[in-house]
Amino acid sequence: MSALTIVVAVLFYAAAAMLAGGVAYHIWLYARTPQPLKIPTTPAPTTRAGVVLRMLKEVTLFESLFKANKWIWLFGWMFHVALLLVLLRHLRYFTDPVWNWVALIQPFGLYAGFAMLAGLTGLWARRFLVDRVRYISSPSDHLMLALLVAIAASGLAMKYVAHTDIVALKTFFYGLMGLNWQPLPEDPALLIHLALVATLMIVFPISKLLHAPGVFFSPTRNQADDPREHRHVAGWTARIDNVSSGVRR
Amino acid sequence: MAEFETPALREYPVIPLVQAGSMAHSKPFVAKAVHQEPLGFPGELVADWENVAVKKLGTLVSQSRALQVFLDSCVKCGACTDKCHYFLGTSDPKNMPVARQDLLRSVYRRYYTFAGKYFPWLVGARDMTKPVLDEWYTYYHQCSQCRRCAVFCPYGIDTAEVSMAAREIMDTVGVGQKYSNEIIAKVHKIGNNLGLPGPALRNTLEGLEEDVKEATGVDVKFPLDVKGAEVLVVVPSADFFAEPHIDGLIGYAKVFHAAGISWTLSSHASEAANFSLFIGNGDNLQKVALRVREAALELGVRRIVVGECGHAWRVAYSFWNTLIGPFDFLDPAYPVPQHICEVTHDLMQRGAIAFDKSANDDKIVTFHDSCNVARASRMGDKPGGQFSIPRAIIRACVNQFYDMPADTIHESTFCCGGGGGLLTDDLVELRVKGALPRMQALQQVVDEHGVNYLAAICAICKSQFTKVLPYYKHPMDMIGSVHGLVSNAIVLKANA
Repeated sequence: MSALTIVVAVLFYAAAAMLAGGVAYHIWLYARTPQPLKIPTTPAPTTRAGVVLRMLKEVTLFESLFKANKWIWLFGWMFHVALLLVLLRHLRYFTDPVWNWVALIQPFGLYAGFAMLAGLTGLWARRFLVDRVRYISSPSDHLMLALLVAIAASGLAMKYVAHTDIVALKTFFYGLMGLNWQPLPEDPALLIHLALVATLMIVFPISKLLHAPGVFFSPTRNQADDPREHRHVAGWTARIDNVSSGVRR
Repeated sequence: MAEFETPALREYPVIPLVQAGSMAHSKPFVAKAVHQEPLGFPGELVADWENVAVKKLGTLVSQSRALQVFLDSCVKCGACTDKCHYFLGTSDPKNMPVARQDLLRSVYRRYYTFAGKYFPWLVGARDMTKPVLDEWYTYYHQCSQCRRCAVFCPYGIDTAEVSMAAREIMDTVGVGQKYSNEIIAKVHKIGNNLGLPGPALRNTLEGLEEDVKEATGVDVKFPLDVKGAEVLVVVPSADFFAEPHIDGLIGYAKVFHAAGISWTLSSHASEAANFSLFIGNGDNLQKVALRVREAALELGVRRIVVGECGHAWRVAYSFWNTLIGPFDFLDPAYPVPQHICEVTHDLMQRGAIAFDKSANDDKIVTFHDSCNVARASRMGDKPGGQFSIPRAIIRACVNQFYDMPADTIHESTFCCGGGGGLLTDDLVELRVKGALPRMQALQQVVDEHGVNYLAAICAICKSQFTKVLPYYKHPMDMIGSVHGLVSNAIVLKANA
């Protein structure tokens, strides 16, 4: 067992723990924090089912973003859908036998790697070319894009430039998951790719990537428009008692 | 006050290039102790204010899921950057919604997030300092809390919530805005924004009865504090004295008269407006609203109806049930509260009132959707009723109606430029410049259809347009109440 294998193994355990723990903490925080008043942006659905549909359109089609700006929508949507396909494609390295549908999407996942890069490039270009977006961009916004671009590029490099020993890699991750460590192929492109992915996992819960769990808790989108029909109370409004406090019939 | 130029209207709307600091000089008068203390705020900047402000920020975030999610979730995508009328009218980049949020988010990050505590330069985190507080005062009073940015944000981040929180923090450390806080104090003391006491109100209403009798020959009543009336009507106090608001009030009275519904105004709850919304303070919000519950119980009414007022309708529709409910003492056959437009529309549908459109034949009308009605409330039982119902009423009352361009109406409507506690003379430059996108859209229907009447259902919009229309070469009386049109067209039977 090389020192490198041990370092990467420990890094991935730590990164996975921080990602899972950090996201779980924030989901708990968002769920626990009360929303005292009804503030959906209207027109809004009047029922829970309607809210579910609104949220589905928001997270799958990026409906509001589409209304706002077609360029950001195009690049942003392309990046996110491609990322999803790429992630699903990667399931083959963590399953044995590989699930049928994962095998089926492999070719799409490959193209998605390029689409991901194209989307990221478009988003990054806007940070330089559009004066308004340049104004609001901080170093972390550029770094986040750099990180994602580097992840995509190093991944594609392993497919199209310098192949890595993918069978050995799968053995390594299988070993990680089964607590039975196996040697990691010591290939530069792979090591860069893995280090960047671990960085992304660690950064996720302490950065703007929290938009992923956050969107589901956004009161302007997840509340039903029914304040006259149902008396909504939470937090400080739950302590209001008009009936027994003297303002009564 | 500095001289300023009214922005030029273009052939097409243009997104300006950013001009940093172009509105850095704009700030409203600061509240004095006499305006602060009746609201429960300190009269001047408190000792150790930095820590008080940071602590208050933490408390607010822990009490509001909206704030917590909004401060964490922004990815700086830029979708909102060209959505704010104040940015479009002033070019000041701090009037871009994301940049406005960042004034507060930077402080939140510094004190409450890992990245901001240890890598402030990386994420643009800042200490709470006097220059930061001054910047808050300047730019959180250039937000009308209209929620247009929130419609377009992929995460629904609502700058209004952030600006309310910032104002609440500023009030907490003793730096309030004179205009809003003075008005809220008046409501606590007298019952309305204008400080109009009961006897003066009675006088005004009797004068109105005489005016209407003279004009129509019909005894239309304007009842005040009538116990046992069916409906309590709560209107913005501007309706009692100013043009074009007062034509709206006359319209409401004629509707109730024609339909034979008994109604009353209240001297205790003589104000629909609730400026506590603008300063984001829950205690004042509830205290102001509570007057309506008290009046409804005292008068023994069966229904509550709200007059033409945008943010008042948001507070009434979205918050009253929470703040001053439950309304189990009212008639369950009607929603509580009802908008006057819902009442008129319903009566119109049932044939209980009739209109003679020719009474408005001198008018070619367009309709301004007020932000708080459009994006923060509803009318009727279907989403979007807040757009269709006022338009249906207008179409029933006039022969010529034309909408402004689609990206400037309904949920995409542009603020009048004076909402959210900014309707004050110390902010005239901001108000004129912020009206640019609405004026641009208005000019288009003026040019194409000869529109000469801009109808609205919000007291702030009406006052704001009265002020800014002349800057854009339109007569100030081009703005009018929807129920002013109703008032002209409704068919009254003599003393029915």
